[in-house]
Order: sequence, then C-alpha cells, then structure tokens
Amino acid sequence: MGIDVRDIEHRETGAARIMAPEQWIAEHKIPVGAVMAAVVDVVRKHGLGFFDAITDIVGFCADGLTMLLLDIPPLLLVVAATAGAWFLRRSPALVALVALGLLFIINQGYWNETMATLSLILFSTIFCMAIGVPLGIACAHRPRLARALQPFLDLMQTLPTFVYLIPTLILFGLGTVPGMISTIIFAVPAPIRMTQMGIARVPRSLIEAGEAFGATGRQILWKIELPAALPMIQAGLTQCIMLSLSMVVIAALVGAGGLGVPVVRALNTVQVDAGFESGFVIVLLAIMLDRVCRPKDSAS
Amino acid sequence: MSEEVNAALEFRDVDILFDRGNRRGAIEAALARLDAGETREEIGRALKVTVGVAGANLAVARGEISVLMGLSGSGKSTLLRAANRLNRPVRGEVRIGNGLAWLDIARCDDDTLRTLRKTRIAMVFQQFGLLPWRTVRDNVGFGLELRGMAPSLRRDVVAEKLELVGLSNWADAHVHELSGGMQQRVGLARAFATDADILLMDEPFSALDPLIRRKLQDELLDLQKRLKKTILFVSHDIDEALKIGSRITIMREGRIIQTGTPDDIALRPVDDYVAEFIRHMNPLPTIVAASVMRRFEDLPRLPDGMLDGGRIAVAPDAATMWVAGRAVPVRPHSAWVEGALCVVPARLSLGEIIALRQRSGLPVLVEAEGRLVGLCDDADILQALCGKARFGAG
Ligand SMILES: Nc1ncnc2c1ncn2[C@@H]1O[C@H](COP(=O)(O)OP(=O)(O)OP(=O)(O)O)[C@@H](O)[C@H]1O
Ligand SMILES: [Mg+2]
Repeated sequence: MGIDVRDIEHRETGAARIMAPEQWIAEHKIPVGAVMAAVVDVVRKHGLGFFDAITDIVGFCADGLTMLLLDIPPLLLVVAATAGAWFLRRSPALVALVALGLLFIINQGYWNETMATLSLILFSTIFCMAIGVPLGIACAHRPRLARALQPFLDLMQTLPTFVYLIPTLILFGLGTVPGMISTIIFAVPAPIRMTQMGIARVPRSLIEAGEAFGATGRQILWKIELPAALPMIQAGLTQCIMLSLSMVVIAALVGAGGLGVPVVRALNTVQVDAGFESGFVIVLLAIMLDRVCRPKDSAS
Repeated sequence: MSEEVNAALEFRDVDILFDRGNRRGAIEAALARLDAGETREEIGRALKVTVGVAGANLAVARGEISVLMGLSGSGKSTLLRAANRLNRPVRGEVRIGNGLAWLDIARCDDDTLRTLRKTRIAMVFQQFGLLPWRTVRDNVGFGLELRGMAPSLRRDVVAEKLELVGLSNWADAHVHELSGGMQQRVGLARAFATDADILLMDEPFSALDPLIRRKLQDELLDLQKRLKKTILFVSHDIDEALKIGSRITIMREGRIIQTGTPDDIALRPVDDYVAEFIRHMNPLPTIVAASVMRRFEDLPRLPDGMLDGGRIAVAPDAATMWVAGRAVPVRPHSAWVEGALCVVPARLSLGEIIALRQRSGLPVLVEAEGRLVGLCDDADILQALCGKARFGAG
C-alpha cells in the first residue's frame, strides 16, 4: 500500500525527460487564432462598405417592422393573432392559448420587447428558410455537397456562440444586425438538415412515377419532391423558430433589442423577479409559436 | 415479317447490367464475359456487376397484351422498365414504332425521351405510385399536367377516364380513402389519361387480394377490347398470364427462354423450367376444346366401317352419330336438348366442356370451320386435366 519513493523519483525524472519535446510543441504554436483574426481583419478592410450596407438594410427592415408592430394597438394585435391562429389551426385550445398568452405578456409589461423579438425572429427565420431550403434540396441531390457541408453545419451548431459573436461585432458593430447574424448562424443548419432529409426520403417509386410520365427535373422537384417533403420542411421551420428564440439573450448581449434585454439586465443587477418574468415570457412565446407552426399530425 | 411491321414495341438484343461496385470498365468487362458465355453468377461474383437482362429479343404487336413471366429476379421488371428507359440498356435497341418509323428509346435524346413518355408510353405500378397528397382527380390528371394542358381541358379528360374505370364519384377523394383495388383503378385511369398507345404494367394486380385481382383482370380485358392498347404486362401468376396474355414470354436469369401464345406455352413448353410453371396452372379456363379433343381422323375403324369413338360411333363423313345402336341428333351447345349430342366451338374452354359433358351425359363434339372434327369424352378430359393434352390440335 505504501508509496515507493523510488517510484516517485522515477516518475519525476521521466517527466523531466519528456518536458523538452512538450516545450518544443508549445513553442511552435500553430497560429489558428492569429489566422482567423487576420481573415476577419482582411474581410473587414475590403468589405467595409458591403457590411455597412447590410447593416443598414437589415437594421432598417427589422427595426422598421418593430416600429410598425408597436404602432398597432396591442389589443388589436392580440385579436388579429388569435384570428390568425384560428384560421391556421381551427383548434379552440390553441386559440385560447394564444389569446391568454398575449394578454399575459401585456399584463407583465413586456409587450415592446416581445414585438422586437418577434421581428428579429421573423427576419432571421425568413433568411434561414431562404438559404436553408434551397441548400437542403441541393444537398439531397448531391451527396458529395452534403458530405462537404456536414462539418460546417456541425461547427455552426457546436462552436460556442460567443466565439463568433466577436467577429460579427467587428464586422457589423453593435445592434440588431449582429444579433440576427449570430441567430442565423446558429439556426440555419436546422432547415438545411430537415429539408435534405425530407427530400432524400421521398419514395423512389413516386419519383419514378414522375419520370415515367415524362416529368422534367424541375417538375419532379416542384410536383413530387417538395410536396412529399413538406411536413419535414415545416418541422425544420418550427425548429428554426425555436432555435432563434433560444438566441434572444445572446442577441441582446450584442445590442439587439427584445426579450433578451431584461434578462441581461436582470443578470447584471441580480434581480430574480425580473429574470423570471422575462424568462416566462420567452417560454410562453416559444410554446405559442411552436403550436401554431408545428406540422399537423393528421396529415400523413 | 408482317409481325415486325405491326409491332409497336420491340426489344433487340437488349443487355441491361447494373454496376454494384462502381469500378471503371466493369460494365465493358462484364459484356465481354457475357459474350464469352459466362453465367450470371460468375459475372456477378467476379465483377460486382448484376446482369439484369441479357440478349433479349421481343416484339410486341400493336393491340396485343404481351405478358412477361418468370421467377423473382429473372429480370421481368428490368426488361419492362427498359421500354420507357427507367432502366437504360447498355447494349441493344428498344424500338418504339409509330407505324411509319422507329425510334430507339434507349439512345434518343432527353427531349425525345420525355415526349415519348408524355404521349406514347404510360406505366402502371405494382404499388400504384399515386401521389398521396393529391385528390383522385389530380392524380389522374398528373400526366396531362406535366404536359402543360390547361386545367379546364384537363378536367374533361379526367372525368372521361374516371368514368372509364368507374370512379366518377370519387374524383375529390384523397387516395388514402380508397381501397387497394380502387387505387389501382386510379393508376389505370392515370395511364389512360395521356392516351398513350403503349401501356407498361409491372405486376399491377399483385398487391391486391385474389377476388379483386380477378375483377380487375376482367375489367382490363374489357377495356382492352375498346381501347386496343399495346400492353406489356409483368406477372408471376401463370393463370393471370394465360388469362390476359395474347403472348407470353418466359424469362429465366435475365434471358428469354420461350415466347408464344398461351397454348404454345401450356402445350409445348421448351424445357423443364417452363413446364414447371404450367404444372401449377389451373387448366379449366385455359385449355380449349381443340387441344382436348380426339380427332375423327385419328379414330380406329369398326368392322362396319364406322369410326370408333368409344361410346359413340361416327359415320366416316361425320354426318350421323350412333349411340348404343341408335342415331342421335346433334345440336350446338347453346340450343342443346335432352338426348342430343352437344357441339362446341374449338375455342371453348375445358371448364365449359366439362359442364356440358356433365349435363348431356354424352361425349361433346367439336366443330371447326363449320365441320365436326373431333370429340371429347371422359378419357380425353381426364388426360387434359393431367396436363397431357394433345399436340397439334386446332
Ligand atoms: N436498380 C438496380 N440496381 C442493381 N440491381 C438491380 C436493379 N434493378 C434490378 N436489379 C437486379 O436485377 C435482377 C433482376 O431484377 P428484376 O427486378 O428485373 O426482377 P423481377 O423478375 O422483376 O423480379 P420480381 O418478381 O421480384 O419483381 C435482380 O437480381 C436485381 O437484384
Ligand atoms: Mg419485378
């Protein structure tokens, strides 16, 4: 049981012996960080106008939509959203959820933040779907592209958000746009993957039915593949909205408005009550959006 | 020769190979080995190339139903799917005729291929291949929609075809609300809708239960009388093949072994493989009087100069028939009276002959071209049931 002194000596001398190569490895550091920094720097220098333009346009659109939503009387918007939910789903339970949920948000005093978050989510979701669906289709048709894209998608979803928050800040400055960009980077793999899976799973027999009747590639895409993959694409949309919503706090850190702002403020001032209030509102919003957008179970 | 002019669809020396290993040059190597006479297994093992179809020659005449038969994996589907290039032959021609000229669908350009698929060749699938999110009407109109036909025009055509298959009341139903038999009728209507003259049917009724299957076979035969399509039909059911086929082709391990009329196949199988198929057939609807009967000219003579037909004696000119020393009247089977001998046409089926023999209690006489030519008695019927029907009849 006792420790052999010689053994320790042995280990120490062993450690001393391998210390040198370790040092050597550490001294010749591969400049991963430096390279990335240089890349960002170059991109910034040469694309300044470009990024400014993006910032202006996207910022204008998102903030404009927020303003528009805020101009509408809240109760009118509640009625409109409730009617919309009924129109989409025809479910009394869901209508009740939407109406009561929105009223609760007004009651808690987070209406303005909710509108800002909604417009942020709307824009990033539109953007994600606009990129994700075509890319997903391309991946389903070209397995090599899918394999090439795979590591990037993994990276986008696993790289800690704060890491790419730094370059987005440098490129786009503080405000709504960097928040939206981070959100998009995080959320866009979902629609890509779901679309790809949906299209790849279309039964071969249906595609052959199309071919046998003389469909062109485009006709097969529009008349067979997309309708068949629609439930999956819709699931991708719902996932995308949920992922965007989970980014509101991080978006708030770089200056985007919305429900993340009170959370950050509560964190900084250690206010338990404000933290929970805004947290609940975020969860409520997530549940409402999920129930409204989720693909219908009955449609098989 | 006349057959060739008449053919709407013709396979010429078609080889279809599937490369499982994606090795370069594997297909060429496989073709060389195929020509050297190696078997499917040898090629498959050596090169990871599946021989789907080898050296297939088949002409399908205008307006006939040609049935492909064979065990599972014998290449029936592969050959059928070459007719609209869902499988592309690596060698050989698949010619589509329009009565004037030929087009090789195996080698034509993509636009021509699509035009042929839209206008000349339609397909019916075993698992129906209907689009589940569409209504029956929109499924039937699918081919026309691909052609870019205006919805208002489409509606009329679709209504007409739905009428044809008896589904007019289901136009707005969704596919999953329909039974299997009805779904396949939708598949048929979709194929008819494009007015293609060539119809490819890959085991269209195999997924249905036997009763519905028989009903749809009858309906298909009925429609065919009116529409006169050129149909290539895959089946693994010998009774189905004999019932609907005007020609039957038997395939084995990718090769065509025998092509012929149902009688040819049933009565003159070229080898044991084909014989094995027809051993399990139901002879009653298939074998006809001409193959069952004993010809008068083959009957031995009695001392009094009459022909010996067992229970009946026949005058040498077949003008009078004697039973137990008494002349008996002769009547067509539709106007038979008690005590008379019954006459049937040469194409009547064994099942009906048995029924008539049972009713009259006497042998059944067979006529061809207005003359009495032979008779069927119990011994002949039993012999036919054992699968030893006579050759060279009719
Ligand atoms: N797309 C393909 N890729 C590779 N091999 C194929 C392909 N299609 C068919 N084969 C092979 O070709 C051979 C013939 O198949 P085919 O489907 O024509 O048989 P079949 O006579 O229709 O049989 P079944 O009665 O089971 O439908 C089989 O060995 C099959 O594995
Ligand atoms: Mg098959």
